[in-house]
Amino acid sequence: MSRRVIHPWPLRLTHWLNALAMVIMIGSGWQIYNASPLFGFTFPIGLGQWLGAGIAWHLAGMWLLVFNGLIYVIWSLASGHYKKLFPIRPREVWGDFRSALSLHLKHETGVYNAVQKLLYAGVLLAGVLAVLSGLSIWKPVQLWFLCNLFGGYVIARYVHFFAMTGICLFILIHLLLVALVPKVLPPMITGGRLP
Amino acid sequence: MIHRRSLLLRAMALGAAAPLGGCNYEDPAHPDLADKFLHAMSAWNDRVQAALFDPHTLAPTFRPDQITNPPRFNAFYPIDQAPVVDEATYKLELGGQIQNKTPWSLRQLRTLPQESQITRFVCVEGWRVIGQWSGVPLGRFLRQVGADTSCKYVSFKCADGYYSSIDMASALHPQTILALDFLGAPLTAPFGAPVRLRIPTKLGFKNPKSIMQLAVTNVYPGGYWEDQGYNWFSGS
Ligand code: HEM
Repeated sequence: MSRRVIHPWPLRLTHWLNALAMVIMIGSGWQIYNASPLFGFTFPIGLGQWLGAGIAWHLAGMWLLVFNGLIYVIWSLASGHYKKLFPIRPREVWGDFRSALSLHLKHETGVYNAVQKLLYAGVLLAGVLAVLSGLSIWKPVQLWFLCNLFGGYVIARYVHFFAMTGICLFILIHLLLVALVPKVLPPMITGGRLP
Repeated sequence: MIHRRSLLLRAMALGAAAPLGGCNYEDPAHPDLADKFLHAMSAWNDRVQAALFDPHTLAPTFRPDQITNPPRFNAFYPIDQAPVVDEATYKLELGGQIQNKTPWSLRQLRTLPQESQITRFVCVEGWRVIGQWSGVPLGRFLRQVGADTSCKYVSFKCADGYYSSIDMASALHPQTILALDFLGAPLTAPFGAPVRLRIPTKLGFKNPKSIMQLAVTNVYPGGYWEDQGYNWFSGS
């Protein structure tokens, strides 16, 4: 592995596998939601056409999501990649956020700006919350200690929903930013080269 | 029991699912590749749940003032079509690996020690209710009739054509009961009279109502929803 690559292959692999897992989990999650909506609306689309298929996809997809996530975390810790996400300083976030709004934020290849750092750390947290609350509503009896951490089954189901909402918001912003700066996309596929 | 979406929504869902091929899991008789994959994962999830199952972990119990009253009806037909079983002539039939297969009348079932519980009934759809059921602990009953508890499955056949089955470990769990009463009064027809399974360590559809036949077996019996694609173990 060249030192000059922008995105090392483990990052690219887990990134795209996670994208697939997210499509499955969000799509089937919406299908499940529609069978008994928590709020006064349903989702126009869902994966699997009926509740049984939605659940089957959800509980199959969770293995991809969790194993891929674990590989990412282990790789990130072992390689030191996580250091690119930290520290996150509020002052820098604010500064970068303002220059991003005025379209003056420079994209430095291979370096995350403070807003990016906050977004990435935030979505990782939402992912962890989605998994832990998901396990709580899947196994409220056997994993009662986990379920109790969330304040019980009923609250865990809301946490699960809002974790999904957070992830969806991230995806929206993420895709929007890639659309604004499209040159960042090829390196996520090929690895790219640092200048 | 399962609230199907409107045709329009289903058509849109079909559109969304199209790129993944037939991932509808809808025709068990003609599984496509996606169906086979989902089926294999569901079987794997059955094994994981059996391994996670701890016979001593109890489902949470609740206070009487937390009970959902009136209870919520749910079946694959409307409430006025619920079967009415004649309680005077009712006999619970026994089958499979059971030594004494003499059928049990309601009166006889009531002579066995009764257990009461206030537990949460969680539906696979996501809603839940809290209720108070009492009846004969299934493990107690199985030992009484000389069931071979080393078998894998206990299966149930119901008056409305519904059927389901559970693993033996869950059948022997202390909170698994053959319920006769709800809120201290005999079960009523739409809510499973005269005998229903109450198993708070599993999802709602694993709690068959109006049970006519109980069998102990090593041959996988499946279930009404399970055969259509719901996960068989469906433990909580
Ligand atoms: C290990 C990971 C996960 C597990 C074990 C899990 C488990 C579950 C379970 C058991 C349900 C059904 C609850 C019910 O019947 O109401 C559910 C619903 C749902 N899940 Fe997940 N989930 C996981 C990850 C995710 C992720 C990553 C997302 C989306 C980003 C997601 C989105 C949803 C949504 C939108 C629902 C429907 C919410 C509701 O109506 O309650 N899940 N999940």
